[in-house]
Amino acid sequence: MRVTQGCFSFLPDLTDEQITAQVQYCLDKGWAVNIEFTDDPHPRNTYWEMWGLPMFDLRDAAGIMKELAECRRVYGDRYIRMSGFDSAHGWESVRISFIVNRPKDEPGFRLQRQEVGGRSIRYTTVSYAVDRPEGERYGDGA
Amino acid sequence: MSEPATQPPKEEAAKPPVSIDLRKEFEAVEIEAVLAQLDQELIGLVPVKTRIREIASLLLVERIRQKMALATTFPTLHMSFTGNPGTGKTTVALRMAGILHKLGFVRRGHVISVTRDDLVGQYIGHTAPKTKEILKKAMGGVLFIDEAYYLYRPENERDYGQESIEILLQVMESQREDLVVILAGYADRMEKFFQSNPGFRSRIGHHIDFPDYSDAELLKIAELMLQEQNYKFSPGARAAFENYITIRKSQPLFSNARSIRNALDRMRLRQANRLVADLDRVLTADDIMSLEASDVLASRVFSKA
Ligand SMILES: Nc1ncnc2c1ncn2[C@@H]1O[C@H](COP(=O)(O)OP(=O)(O)OP(=O)(O)O)[C@@H](O)[C@H]1O
Ligand SMILES: [Mg+2]
Repeated sequence: MRVTQGCFSFLPDLTDEQITAQVQYCLDKGWAVNIEFTDDPHPRNTYWEMWGLPMFDLRDAAGIMKELAECRRVYGDRYIRMSGFDSAHGWESVRISFIVNRPKDEPGFRLQRQEVGGRSIRYTTVSYAVDRPEGERYGDGA
Repeated sequence: MSEPATQPPKEEAAKPPVSIDLRKEFEAVEIEAVLAQLDQELIGLVPVKTRIREIASLLLVERIRQKMALATTFPTLHMSFTGNPGTGKTTVALRMAGILHKLGFVRRGHVISVTRDDLVGQYIGHTAPKTKEILKKAMGGVLFIDEAYYLYRPENERDYGQESIEILLQVMESQREDLVVILAGYADRMEKFFQSNPGFRSRIGHHIDFPDYSDAELLKIAELMLQEQNYKFSPGARAAFENYITIRKSQPLFSNARSIRNALDRMRLRQANRLVADLDRVLTADDIMSLEASDVLASRVFSKA
């Protein structure tokens, strides 16, 4: 199951050229660009690990694309996303975020039903991937 | 929100033109204005200006070669500026970035100016992130490394500078299209630095040497600086300043145009003091603009001589 979230989730995965253009768009707006990764695809997992520090005060996307390449080299088997943080007063939040890397195989989610008092049912989603320990969830952990 | 980057329909690869109107190309990049500004705002420096014109011509031709699909490699644009303090290296680096940008050899045209402390860390593992951070900031523009030889400290073989040098060398080679590095410093020490780091020398496409200014040029620089700030020398002050230049040059820590700028700042201070000392007079614009001989002659430079 192809996990989608953030901007452009309705599009096919962006090419590097398209990612570069989006990153440049963020920089031209004065936003700090961050790279984050995770191997826990649950939609409520909002806090991903950061790759390095937020990148403030850059003018050109080339340096960020270099970092993305580095991140993919190390965590290419996981989800990687980029976000643009707007530090302007009144915003002070993420303005854009999109996935730039995903595991080769995405096993998807199991829906669990828990029967509780009366005829009620509680639902919860669990990704098959998290059955395995962190770092070994996709592929052979490479 | 940002519009999704949709893929433009792949055009038929346009055939490279077989002939090109040189004047049109030249005018299109609007470098003449930058070069003229350089001529105007910088006194003297004839060899430097000549070299910059040569480089600009070379790059213009290179650009045309790219258009005609004749260019085979991306030109090496990294440079080294050698010369004594205050000879205009930083100023020219800023202009250079503008020229490179106009010609399309750097994408943004900003300058990040650094010295050893900005690149080299204090402890193990500190240097690489620091250097990379600066490199990221310089991407698309010019990285200006002042007194570059401080990166290399042969007397300490565990010096972290070496780590920074290695990262720089790698990026200068592999990301030539993403940034231009300009190294600056005194000629003799740069020479030694290049001798011990041949990797740098081989990556540098252009060496430009900045000569010291003559007395006459320094005077002209002073007058230009004053004019920019709406000040001027009275005839007496001008004569005194000529004298000042001769004496100051022979004293230690002389740094060409920068010494002139500092001297003028102090003279403006003395002029203001002089004016305020006599509150009961009516001042004309001319009084306020003029530096008098006494403002110059009160300098310590004369008492030391
Ligand atoms: N030829 C010139 N005409 C007018 N002003 C000049 C000229 N050369 C330098 N200046 C002025 O002198 C000051 C010092 O110049 P700059 O900082 O470019 O020197 P530098 O060679 O980088 O010195 P350092 O080696 O000490 O860094 C600047 O304020 C600059 O505007
Ligand atoms: Mg300087």
